Amino acid sequence: MVLFVIFCPIVAAILILVGAPARKTALVASALMFAAALFLLGSFGYGQRDFQHVISFTISPDWQLSFTTGVDGLSLIMVLLATIVTLAAVWFAGAIEKYENAFYACLLFISGGAIGAFASIDLFFFYAFHELALVPTFLLIGIWGTGNRVAAAWKITIYLAIGSFILLLGLILLYQSVPPGSRSFDIRALQAAASMELISADAQRHIYLLLLIGFGILVSLFPFHSWAPEAYASAPASAAMLHAGVLKKFGLYGLLRLAIPLLPEGARHWSNLLVILLLGNIIYIGLVTIAQKRLDWLLGYSSVMHMGYIFLGIASAGILGVTGAAVLMFAHGLSIALLFGMAGEVRQRTGTLVFDELGGLARVMPFAGLAFGFGVFAAIGLPGFANFAGEIMIFFGAFKHGWTMDSFHTFQIATVLALWGVVISTVYMLRAYRKTFMGTMRDQWKGLFDLRPALRVPVTLLVGALVCCGFFPQAFVRLVAPAFGTYLSAQR
Amino acid sequence: MMRITAPELEIAVLVLGMVILMVEAFMTKIDKRILAFAAIAGLAMVFLASFFVAPFPSQNQATGFWSFYSADRLSIFFKQFALVTTIFVLIMMIDYAPVVRSSFPGSQDGLGEFFALPVFTCAGLMYLVSAIDFVFIFVSLELVTISFYVLVSFTRRNPVTLEAGAKYLILSALSTAFIVYGIAWIFGVTGQTNLQRIAEALGNPITDRSAALLGMVFVLVALGFKIAAVPFQIWVPDVYQGAPTPVTAYLSVGSKAAGFVVLLRVLQTFATLPQVQRLIVLIALLTLIYGNLAALPQTNLKRLLAYSSIAHAGYLLIGVVCFDEQAVSFYLVAYLLMTLLSFAVLTIVAQQTGEEISDFDGLGKRSPFLAFAMLIGMLSLAGLPFTAGFLGKFFIFYAAISQRQVTLIAVGVIAVGCGFYYYLKVVRAMYWPAPTASYGIGSGESGDRIDTIPVNGLSRLALSALIVATIWLGIYPQPILDALKNL
Repeated sequence: MVLFVIFCPIVAAILILVGAPARKTALVASALMFAAALFLLGSFGYGQRDFQHVISFTISPDWQLSFTTGVDGLSLIMVLLATIVTLAAVWFAGAIEKYENAFYACLLFISGGAIGAFASIDLFFFYAFHELALVPTFLLIGIWGTGNRVAAAWKITIYLAIGSFILLLGLILLYQSVPPGSRSFDIRALQAAASMELISADAQRHIYLLLLIGFGILVSLFPFHSWAPEAYASAPASAAMLHAGVLKKFGLYGLLRLAIPLLPEGARHWSNLLVILLLGNIIYIGLVTIAQKRLDWLLGYSSVMHMGYIFLGIASAGILGVTGAAVLMFAHGLSIALLFGMAGEVRQRTGTLVFDELGGLARVMPFAGLAFGFGVFAAIGLPGFANFAGEIMIFFGAFKHGWTMDSFHTFQIATVLALWGVVISTVYMLRAYRKTFMGTMRDQWKGLFDLRPALRVPVTLLVGALVCCGFFPQAFVRLVAPAFGTYLSAQR
Repeated sequence: MMRITAPELEIAVLVLGMVILMVEAFMTKIDKRILAFAAIAGLAMVFLASFFVAPFPSQNQATGFWSFYSADRLSIFFKQFALVTTIFVLIMMIDYAPVVRSSFPGSQDGLGEFFALPVFTCAGLMYLVSAIDFVFIFVSLELVTISFYVLVSFTRRNPVTLEAGAKYLILSALSTAFIVYGIAWIFGVTGQTNLQRIAEALGNPITDRSAALLGMVFVLVALGFKIAAVPFQIWVPDVYQGAPTPVTAYLSVGSKAAGFVVLLRVLQTFATLPQVQRLIVLIALLTLIYGNLAALPQTNLKRLLAYSSIAHAGYLLIGVVCFDEQAVSFYLVAYLLMTLLSFAVLTIVAQQTGEEISDFDGLGKRSPFLAFAMLIGMLSLAGLPFTAGFLGKFFIFYAAISQRQVTLIAVGVIAVGCGFYYYLKVVRAMYWPAPTASYGIGSGESGDRIDTIPVNGLSRLALSALIVATIWLGIYPQPILDALKNL
């Protein structure tokens, strides 16, 4: 079933390229993927920390390299997120004027790459699947993008190529840090090696730094973020939904999957650096976001800013913060996809996303306004949405890290500063909502029409998932927490 | 079962070449392309036969023929490599035949030699990878080089080609002078020409090591010329651009691979000299930086591939620095597949439109198959996963990391970033909407070039084989790894 979820989009993409009707095939494939992900969720054995549904094909016995897939709680919610967002992105895509087949094939390739990366237990394929999405992103922005698409496409592609290459170096170093006899690309074998403390502290520091820079570039960690807003502003809405919602989570997923279990000493060593960088994300990028004058750039920057919270959860290295990070990854993926989807609909109708030219659109597009409002409230972190559940766990987890009665330490100060980020994001999100959907409407927008009725399905799906996870976060925590329990409980 | 020994392979190839020349000389009435098919079939048979050759390592005390000829696994592997390369080059040459024909007065003059010469080059390459004695290295190097003199300037009516031929001739002759001078120094110091015996002599404390190092540096100059390493790369862009495209592919793959095998063998001999490794690190750094930076602004695809060939020499040199024969060999196999793939598409497309990258505009729409082949070639050259090129880079950098070559790795990161830019430039040309539209020359789709490019059956088969092999090796490299085990 895991193999089906991975290869369904890839096979569908190839079929579309060969000549199958693009939109229908893509929709059917993404619906099937979603169903399969739900099936995985249903048949998942709760409370177990091992990978389930494991399937393995040996590639190279000399290198201990095999194509191994499977899911544990963490990867399962990422796969679920990927399938939901894929379905929504394909649904939102609508009719494409030129090269329709190639457009849908690129979307499905991105989705397949992301799901493959999330469901791979083998480091090599974990890396390789993510790279599969690189060229489709390049083509999506380059061919169907708007605005400064050429520069944006080059920037994201070269930035991410360099980032993934640094990541590859880190992964090779990780592989080599284990004594020759027990070297393996299998994450489970590496975890076993780490639990026997075969990875030296010195090696851990080097590897963690490489992984932090590599994954950091992929996730737009503070000094490496400049590709993200421009790319998301230029990308077609569906591509931005998939990339910001799903693919970008690969870096965070990688840190959770590798850094937490394998490199605790490295994480400890670099935690101060990471805290400074993530505060750059939250405070500096947050202020930059407030200054934006266009909706697409604002959303792009906001997606960079929210990564800071997730990094805070990862940096806290406690079970509460890390679980919160996983929940927030899921929540942010859904909410940013919803926002980008709505922004795309607005751009399609008005041809502009400059705030000064918009306003009052909720009068002609009530449903779009409602949906955007849900996205805004979720992104701010209003209770009842999944984002709130994630953020509050992160804040409590981070605050508790290294807490003593007599004084504040790094993490307490960082948490206090990060809480200001909530205020910042409230400011810019509400401002975006007001400038776009509230206030006086220009006469030229009077003829606009609301979302196609069919689009209510993906919107409902995204909002529903956000609310579900917001009211019952415990279901997700029970899925995710066992994956970390053994590594984090001891070192609290 | 009949036993085949390694030297019989070369003899078979040489006989094949002579037979083709004889037929060419006496049967003037036939379609000359039959000769190419005969050559392909003959080489394919030799290729199959090569799998029945039992490799055995060269003995130290061997005398006579076996003191300069080795039939170890490395040489057998690269004999097969040379044969495969030559077969694909001949297939490209069949596609290229109209161009050759148009540059000669008679309708079929010169075609026969055009198809026969690569066979001799192939024999030279096969000898070269077996050579373990400086005299034999020199002789087989000359066999390769002299046949390339003719091939490079084959369509001599074209002034660009003529210029390329002259440049190649002069610089190649210069590099030959260097290798002879270097061999003379080494022989003068050690009294030996056999590589293993030179290594033994160098271990002897009474040997003058600095003089041997001087000789080594001269040899390195000549080999650097063969593999297109900086600072001996000046000839590469002009010659690659001017030579007939199949010959460029042959130069870029065959000549380079053989050069690397010789380099590995020679460096093993001189590994006891500590300066040598530092020297190679320096050359690798320069090659990586120059090849990648100079490739960035290119607009002519053939010239771009020339610079990319320099850049890949840089990656290969990283493997050489680490003395990892397995990584270098795997990279060369990947390089063979992706380079031949790119050149094969270029050969076909260039005859219709041209060699500029802008001539590939909208190819994705005009000829989806050719564009897809080029896409795979470019992605593999850039080093994307699920292609052979990625695994090649993976093994190279694996070796570099395990030897902690930090400088090389850091430069490698920049090089890979550059590579993405200039390879994706080609992808952009093929798939993005034509940029001419925004300049107002043609509105909307470029309507003047929607004719598809015809591809004959054999080329289609060859292209498909290369595509499948590139992806297959990118996912399942074990067959090549098995073949390269215990080199």
